[in-house]
Amino acid sequence: MKKIGVFICHCGINIKDTVDVDRLTEELADYPGVAYIENYMFMCSDPGQNHIKDAIHERKLDGVVVAACSPTLHESTFQTVLKESGLNEYQMEIANIREQCSWVHTDIEQATHKAKLIIKTAIEKLKLNESLYPVSAPVTKKALVIGGGIAGIQAALDIADAGFQVIMVEKKPSIGGHMIQLSETFPTLDCSQCILTPKMVALSKHKNIKLYVNSEVESIDGYVGNFNVKIKQEALYVDPAKCNLCDDCTEVCPVLVPSEQDEGLSWRKAIYIPFPQAIPATYTLDVENCLGLEPIACGKCREKCIAEAINYDATDTIIEEEVGAVILATGFDLYPVENIPEYGYGKYPDVITSLQFERILSATGPTGGEIYRPSDGKVPKEIVFVQCSGSRDPEHHLSYCSKICCMYTLKHAKLYKHKVHNGQPYIFYIDIRAGGKRYEEFVQQAVSEEGILYIRGKVAKIYKEGDKMIVIGMDTLSNKKIEVKADLVVLAMGIVPSEGSHDLVKRLKINTDDKGFLSEAHPKLRPVESLQAGFYLAGTSQGPRDIPDSVSQASGAAAKALILLSSDKIYHSPIIASVDEDLCSGCAICVGTCPYGARELNEVSKVVEVNEILCEGCGACISACPSGAAQQKNLTDDQIDNMIKIIASGK
Amino acid sequence: MAKPKIAFYWCASCGGCEEAIIDLHEDILKVAELIDIVFWPCAMDFKTEDVKNMQDNEITVCFINGAIRTSEQEEMSKLLRKKSQLIVSFGACSQLGGIPGLANFWDRESIFASSYGGKCPSVDNPDGVVPQEVSEVPEGELYLPRFHNTVKTTDQVIDVDYYLPGCSPAPYLTMQAITTILSGDLPTKGTVLAPNKALCEVCSRNDSKPEKLSIDKINRVSLVEVDPEKCFLAQGIICMGPVTRSGCNGENDGRCIAANMPCRGCYGHPSEVHDVGAKMVAALASVVGLEDEEDMSEADVQKLLDQIVDPAGTFYRFSLAKSYFRRKIMTDSKEEK
Repeated sequence: MKKIGVFICHCGINIKDTVDVDRLTEELADYPGVAYIENYMFMCSDPGQNHIKDAIHERKLDGVVVAACSPTLHESTFQTVLKESGLNEYQMEIANIREQCSWVHTDIEQATHKAKLIIKTAIEKLKLNESLYPVSAPVTKKALVIGGGIAGIQAALDIADAGFQVIMVEKKPSIGGHMIQLSETFPTLDCSQCILTPKMVALSKHKNIKLYVNSEVESIDGYVGNFNVKIKQEALYVDPAKCNLCDDCTEVCPVLVPSEQDEGLSWRKAIYIPFPQAIPATYTLDVENCLGLEPIACGKCREKCIAEAINYDATDTIIEEEVGAVILATGFDLYPVENIPEYGYGKYPDVITSLQFERILSATGPTGGEIYRPSDGKVPKEIVFVQCSGSRDPEHHLSYCSKICCMYTLKHAKLYKHKVHNGQPYIFYIDIRAGGKRYEEFVQQAVSEEGILYIRGKVAKIYKEGDKMIVIGMDTLSNKKIEVKADLVVLAMGIVPSEGSHDLVKRLKINTDDKGFLSEAHPKLRPVESLQAGFYLAGTSQGPRDIPDSVSQASGAAAKALILLSSDKIYHSPIIASVDEDLCSGCAICVGTCPYGARELNEVSKVVEVNEILCEGCGACISACPSGAAQQKNLTDDQIDNMIKIIASGK
Repeated sequence: MAKPKIAFYWCASCGGCEEAIIDLHEDILKVAELIDIVFWPCAMDFKTEDVKNMQDNEITVCFINGAIRTSEQEEMSKLLRKKSQLIVSFGACSQLGGIPGLANFWDRESIFASSYGGKCPSVDNPDGVVPQEVSEVPEGELYLPRFHNTVKTTDQVIDVDYYLPGCSPAPYLTMQAITTILSGDLPTKGTVLAPNKALCEVCSRNDSKPEKLSIDKINRVSLVEVDPEKCFLAQGIICMGPVTRSGCNGENDGRCIAANMPCRGCYGHPSEVHDVGAKMVAALASVVGLEDEEDMSEADVQKLLDQIVDPAGTFYRFSLAKSYFRRKIMTDSKEEK
């Protein structure tokens, strides 16, 4: 039988005041298996650890039970003590007599009795513990970045600059994301494209980055450090290598399509370049709107193309890549404005979304940066901005604050004032949330110097009267109904996870929160890691945030990915599932219950196998296994049985 | 040299296990050549006195079938243990309590009330006479064995060396067991003399199970047309195969499966299973509604599980007496020592 040492910690008075540690020491001394027992004021202190080390050597102990606080706190401390003493660290068990005993009880008699049972269960478990070693696997030193917005771009550049290969997959024909649509950025009012395009160019020229646009990730198999990625790339009807950007094709293309880049405020052709600085720099053919890839149906662009870049016979391709880490930067979309019919979007051309207004403000937008309203091209003299359009309305729309709308609306109002000096912006708001570096100053300056009128309240209804938009709302400060006649209304739409991300995360089995944003592993301490090992989160895929936050988070995610990529091997806790081949009947009931895809029926041996790297040790398969073939290492049915027997006996 | 002596005895059983011995057919003649059957009350005329008069350990091996329901069965088992070198617990009732073990959902009083108290339509007992351990008759006193409150397995009463599972044990396994024991090359004490893998191992329907088994409706064989080639669980029919040892029909489909009926679990559990019912409940709970798990409310899950008719009788059909629970809770005063 194992010679077990039991070390009872007082935790100062935390345990000792409620649990009679001396009596425990006396009563457990004769318990079968206990070769040594003591109690001490702070087991986690250096002298405390030395007590354990000395006892291991002097008493030739095979295992150690530390009766102290929760294993989440000092498990690794005491595991290290065992390792340093030449024992396997999995021959150490923590009996949690603080959080689960002394802290929740007051009666010394009962608490002492309970502590005794807890320690006995730990002893019984330890008796059957095997010596285990962390599972290791090699690492593919390459990262996949999904999404080519600012967050994805930043993460890709950071990883590539550190010397690792990056695969970037972007669904649209160009990288740049939403940031490339913006005019200026708050609170500095520097030009969004001017600060973003250098990064886009750097990415396209980077020797370590391979970019796939018009592409989507179909599947990711494998496990942390060793993922196999399948990427579906839509047919490249225009060969980027041959396209010379001459623009002849768009001149002859007869099809007009509302421009995505301009949020429908302008038209593009079915063959087009999304915007002048697009990366990759090439025209692209929108097959859904093209008249038909058939020379009989149209074929004008191919005739016209002197570079012979257009190939109607191109087909979709599946590209396979191996990577070690994945960064999810799938971005956001605006909350669907049609969900708020009372604001009249779609019915009145002069009710527009915030992103549309960004395009109107932008020098590369449909109006060349001049502010005209869509209906009749007049310069709007009064504009109403409606904050929280869709946000902070748990009964009807989004429950959360979209975080960026206060600031971008203010930016809109300022830029408007800079262009239309005699114009009057009104902003309906609930609160002004300006928590960020220089944000509050940005607000104060606008209110005191720019003549922007803030109206505290929500807008109930928007309708048209003559050529004015009537905005009806409630001023919650004066408690009066308020009516503003405006030439243009801009809805500061809330943001939601991007449409494409929903299917993607389902395919990849990535956890999301109830809003569909990707879940971080810990809200405070692991904000850029997913719960799924090897997946990291960047940008608005995880929640609403502005550009500086997205960039910092992307760099954080890149740093986390780099930790993985720069290790030669990855290690994984060995407290995972195992299968006894002599017992497994191949019934495979367990296979479907594994949330990590770590179990598979070997079709030859007809026995289920565990992928030890994928297995997170959750135990779902263990309870599903009807034959007892599946056992959790160091938490076997026999061990649990013995522990239950102690507790059930009450002795 | 004297031939090895073999005994067969029955306790609370249906007689099927005796049949299982007869089912050895000609093989029984081979056995008979090698051994002396010294006690087999079902087939030959022996008296208890004959056994009492034997030397201790005189019997090489004694096969006991049936559960322990009465004091007589308990006494006989103890006597045979004393006189035998080896005891083989034979059949599901002896090993696990079997069908008689399901009586542990009641106690003596309620069973008597049900069987003799007018509730049983085939019993004509207007005076409500209930069996007595001692009855006064003109000739003197008559004795009946005591009817225990709790049905026990053989190994809950005496020390058992080996187990032959099944309701009833397959003749080929019985033959293998006898041959092995006679060879003198004895397996480890406590061994169950049957394959240790669950029935799915040999089931020809196992491949028809979907990769992700998810049960969205519980069906019963009497109410649906059963697909003769598809895994029962995949059809929503509770089959105890995954939690039950194989071996009832050699390397072929289980005997019930071959007859297009789901496994009921008579072969008992593989060695690492501590409690058959708990294991099967855990397994089923893991796959019931698995596909739509995220969209199901607590009430939806409850509704699905409520479709399981007689869960205790389904999951513990043969193993209640040997389960963690063993029986329905009784007040201390009722339970005999």
